[in-house]
Amino acid sequence: MITLNGLVTAAYYAMTALFGVVLCRNFFRTRNAQDAVLYCIILVPFVLRLLRVK
Amino acid sequence: MERRTLLVKALSLLITVVFMVVAGREFRAHRTFREPVVAGEGVTAVRTLGDYHPGVKGTVNDCNIYFLDSGKPGATVLVFGGTHPEEPAANLTAELFVENARVEQGRLLVVIRGNRSASTYTRNGEAYPTFYRIPTPWGEKTYRMGDRCSSPLDSWPDPEVYLHYPTKQMLAYMDIRNLNRTWPGRPGGLLTERTTFAFMELIRSEKVDVFIDLHEAELEYPVENTIVAHEKAQGVAAMTSMVLTAQEFPVPIGMEFSPVALRGLSHREVGDNSDAMSMIFEVAEPFLDRIRGITDEALLLEGKDEFVKKAGEHGLLYAPMDDSGWPIAVRVGRHASTVLQTLETFNTMETPERQILVSGVPRYAELVDKGLGAFFRDPSGVSEDRVFYE
Repeated sequence: MITLNGLVTAAYYAMTALFGVVLCRNFFRTRNAQDAVLYCIILVPFVLRLLRVK
Repeated sequence: MERRTLLVKALSLLITVVFMVVAGREFRAHRTFREPVVAGEGVTAVRTLGDYHPGVKGTVNDCNIYFLDSGKPGATVLVFGGTHPEEPAANLTAELFVENARVEQGRLLVVIRGNRSASTYTRNGEAYPTFYRIPTPWGEKTYRMGDRCSSPLDSWPDPEVYLHYPTKQMLAYMDIRNLNRTWPGRPGGLLTERTTFAFMELIRSEKVDVFIDLHEAELEYPVENTIVAHEKAQGVAAMTSMVLTAQEFPVPIGMEFSPVALRGLSHREVGDNSDAMSMIFEVAEPFLDRIRGITDEALLLEGKDEFVKKAGEHGLLYAPMDDSGWPIAVRVGRHASTVLQTLETFNTMETPERQILVSGVPRYAELVDKGLGAFFRDPSGVSEDRVFYE
């Protein structure tokens, strides 16, 4: 069970990283200021989770 | 790209980074904060939970076990704090015993932070204070405020439905991280299940006779100001509640039977899965009530709240609530007296060679009179080998 849970956790962190990268990519590509602000706000929990802070 | 858009993007990125750094530092400071505990004269050894089960060795829940051994044969009692770190009277009472108790017969084992992981974060969306401070004659002593369940950073993901082991009773998903729903534990389970399994190993291998789990509860909850007792502990609990109600507490303390059908709780599982008699002590904590007002450190320690008081005026509470509230000294005082009275009652029901004699711990009236901080020791005033960290 610990191994299985570890695998799911690793997959979860990989997914978090993927979303983080996509959000960063969208932030740099967008030409809409409102979208850029929105991407920044959404990015915060993904980064804090990846760094295992929150 | 327009110059204005570039400016907005740069600014929002800068604000986001500043916000992440400030918030991240706060979260990290809370998660890594260490609480010093002075091992009193009665403490003869300190082991860790990992000594009883390798599954928790080196993890965040590899907590300290304080041994106060008289060297004279007698009963072994385990006083357990920190099951739910959002109930501070529990860990503070346990610490009171570690710093003050002297054992003249038998052995006293104390756990201050039973679920350390749960003490490293607070409940999302509830605006809990991160720390609380107890004033002492030598300065303030700071503690981590925590949550009810283990941190998702240490145990993730939760199942859709938590199946209690070994009964397979269905419980709420987050209760797989609730230390008082995972007893008797599972050696290969998730962190909280492994933690309770390790505690069961401790209870069995140290031959614990009496297990006392300290808690607090919201006033809207009926299991309040009471002792919940396993069948084996019913005589001791009933007599203790009668003596305390008649002689010591202005607000009575009740006694209830541990429900047989409700699994995972310590008062049920520790009694069923070991030779120990198991009990949970509950005391009122207005901070936990759903109808409370501002959720700050003052409410946590003074236990005063206009909204909870108003609910009491409408007869919606299971404990009295007036302007004096439920200060932390009252809550810890009730727990300290209930533990001491339980031991005295236990002794009256045992032969002399099976008793436990504990002294040095203040009771209710003394704690209310002098304040809790008066009984905590200054870590800087003792040698380093007497200071342990939670």
